[in-house]
Amino acid sequence: MSHRELDDMLGKGWRKPAFIKNPFLRWALLLGFFAYLVAAFKTIEVDWGRVYEGLDRGWAFVLAFTSPDFISRWSDIWSGLLESIVMTVAASVVGILISIPIGLGAARNIAPLPIYMICRGIVAISRALQEIIVAILLVAIFGFGPLAGFLTLSFATIGFLSKLLAEDIEAMDKVQAEAIKASGARWPQWINYGVQPQVMPRLVGLSMYRIDINFRESAILGLVGAGGIGATLNTAFDRYEYDTAAAILILIIGIVMALEYLSGIIRARVQ
Amino acid sequence: MLRLQKLTKTYKTGDQALKAIDLEVPKGQVLALIGPSGAGKSTMIRCVNRLVEPTSGGVLLDDVDLTKLGSGALRKARREMGMIFQEYALVERLTVMENVLSGRLGYLGFWRSFLRRYPQSDVDEAFRLLDRVGLLHMADKRADELSGGQRQRVGICRALIQNPKLLLVDEPTASLDPKTSRQIMRLITELCQERGLAAIINIHDVALAQMFVPRVVGLRFGEIVYDGLPTGLTPEKLTEIYGEEDWEATIEKVDEDEDVEAAE
Amino acid sequence: MPILERDDAQIWRRRTTGQSLVRWFGWLLGVAIFVYCWQLISKSTTWFFVWDAPRIANDIWTRATPPKWGYITQLGRPIWDTLNIATLGTIIALFLAVPVAFLAARNTTPSALFIRPIALLVIVSTRSINSLIWALLLIAIIGPGVFAGVIAIAIRSIGFCAKLLYEAIEEIDHTQVEAITATGASRWQVMAYGIVPQILPAFAGIAVFRWDINIRESTVLGLVGAGGIGLQLSASLNVLAWPQVSLILIVILVAVMISEWVSAKVRGAII
Repeated sequence: MSHRELDDMLGKGWRKPAFIKNPFLRWALLLGFFAYLVAAFKTIEVDWGRVYEGLDRGWAFVLAFTSPDFISRWSDIWSGLLESIVMTVAASVVGILISIPIGLGAARNIAPLPIYMICRGIVAISRALQEIIVAILLVAIFGFGPLAGFLTLSFATIGFLSKLLAEDIEAMDKVQAEAIKASGARWPQWINYGVQPQVMPRLVGLSMYRIDINFRESAILGLVGAGGIGATLNTAFDRYEYDTAAAILILIIGIVMALEYLSGIIRARVQ
Repeated sequence: MLRLQKLTKTYKTGDQALKAIDLEVPKGQVLALIGPSGAGKSTMIRCVNRLVEPTSGGVLLDDVDLTKLGSGALRKARREMGMIFQEYALVERLTVMENVLSGRLGYLGFWRSFLRRYPQSDVDEAFRLLDRVGLLHMADKRADELSGGQRQRVGICRALIQNPKLLLVDEPTASLDPKTSRQIMRLITELCQERGLAAIINIHDVALAQMFVPRVVGLRFGEIVYDGLPTGLTPEKLTEIYGEEDWEATIEKVDEDEDVEAAE
Repeated sequence: MPILERDDAQIWRRRTTGQSLVRWFGWLLGVAIFVYCWQLISKSTTWFFVWDAPRIANDIWTRATPPKWGYITQLGRPIWDTLNIATLGTIIALFLAVPVAFLAARNTTPSALFIRPIALLVIVSTRSINSLIWALLLIAIIGPGVFAGVIAIAIRSIGFCAKLLYEAIEEIDHTQVEAITATGASRWQVMAYGIVPQILPAFAGIAVFRWDINIRESTVLGLVGAGGIGLQLSASLNVLAWPQVSLILIVILVAVMISEWVSAKVRGAII
């Protein structure tokens, strides 16, 4: 039997089975994708003359990185940077504190359905709204300044952290939690002994990651008037002061790198 | 055909895995390499095809010293040596057929292999080998859908389609159940006989080695401490290789197992 | 020792006195920093506006509702541009991220001493800086428009994609690579047969994940003049046309939800 099969197959070519079995669908997808690419490229209007002119300025900017100017606008840079850091710290603290109860509520395996629905709703809203849009609205409501930025970052932190925390809780080991429940623990005790030890390392890791993101976001909130280094950066670009802009960007990159390094150490310690 | 001359491997950590090994494997001979974990079995067969770079000494395949070859010539030499791995080492997200055909990579240019345009003779040979190990119907399955024994058979096909002179086999049965282990060992030794291949089989299961191979080499701390017939492996010899243990049970079990197998 | 001896009785403590002190001091320091940050924010906030906020929010709400549905006819082109910015930006980024990732991964880099640090520097500097800042920079260099947006998104995504990809490359199963090497395959064949199949799912996942994020980011790029629907948002905000603003926000929300749905579907199909 099997030898007949072999004889049938010998001499015949072999092709790798296609990822999408249906040839019609496969070609339609491929053609559609290429058609889209062509259409997309056609509608982008590029003023190549302008781009060519810009190359000089681009090069000037690259050169600026070799001689960044920290000094001439140092007081602006410093106040902007301080404001960014302050917003990051305050928003991270508040955001993390609020996202813990919401994260607990958004985990289906420990929260009752009505609370679950409410918490998931909050998470969904917070995640759907882009930080910068929230910042625009909050600036319109609360006026210019770091308060709007602080509120924006706190709000964004809640959506990010609660969702990941809830997913982590939903994926935790049931047996450990049941063992604590079986000992007759109350709900808070159960959370403290059965759930918290399991999700704590990841919560710390995620919090560190979120602080990192918050700092990076705080650098752009200034563009819409919500405080931080963004305003200074925007001014530097407007005045074509590339060396100052380069200095600010180097500071941002440096701080982000330092934060990543720090979070690496902290994550290694809590694991 | 294969000759190891004073083959030495010292790792960067200072561990001496191989201490001036001398060994000769004639054409068509299957030998088993036994010894405790860390004795240098894996290092030795990896030094032969230079997956691990030997520190000093020579590896002579048909009088060509492999340790002196440049990267192009080394690739050509590797085609002559098929390798079979402990955890099968199939590329799990490729199909069975692609895994088998990957044994021909050394004979093929990059673009042909990239576009999967293998010569018809290779494709036919792959079908024949898959048929030989009873997996022809699985040709277009993905490798990670197969059971352990099936994967190891695909691994064997991949080594054989290279049309090698020598098989390097690294713990082929370590992740398999006892019955499958025997089937795989039998398959390997049968195929070696059919094709007149020499083979070095790394194996920690002494009983299995005794069942299937005519020559056993015992390795301890990077040195050869036994080289001879499987029947010569007395409890004293095993103690020398592995250290103190009650060996009578192991040796006797072989015979019992043989009876069970015969009864099946 | 966390066991105290008092009146011949052993009292179990979780931490020693020293450990407790350090912890308390840590908490105190944390609270002090937070209070300090809060004071800085509070100082640069006009509290009169904040107390007035409910009234202003209410005012904006009444102006913004109902959204000006008819305005949607003018949003077709901006939406198309937004989609193009995200998609083309992602595609360009992926093309550039793949080589960077291979150069950055410990097991594939040609030189761990020279090339790897450069690749890592590219990764950290492109991903530390938000796409809005990249857009700002590019607009200063090559002028406003969709093209600047595409490039900004592409640059920002290089670091993100390359980082995730090189982590995936470092996690591959080495024996599969060894097995392909042992057949006498060349360097590129080992790449194509041993490494690429192992990282392909991760690659596809990263691509779709980043595309989803880029859709969100490209909706706001217009705020600084880099094309897309953000341009309309910014124009409407400038003339305080709140009914248009609310419609645009709804459109953005829907777009974000669709992209998230698509990305979840595709990732589900791959894994």
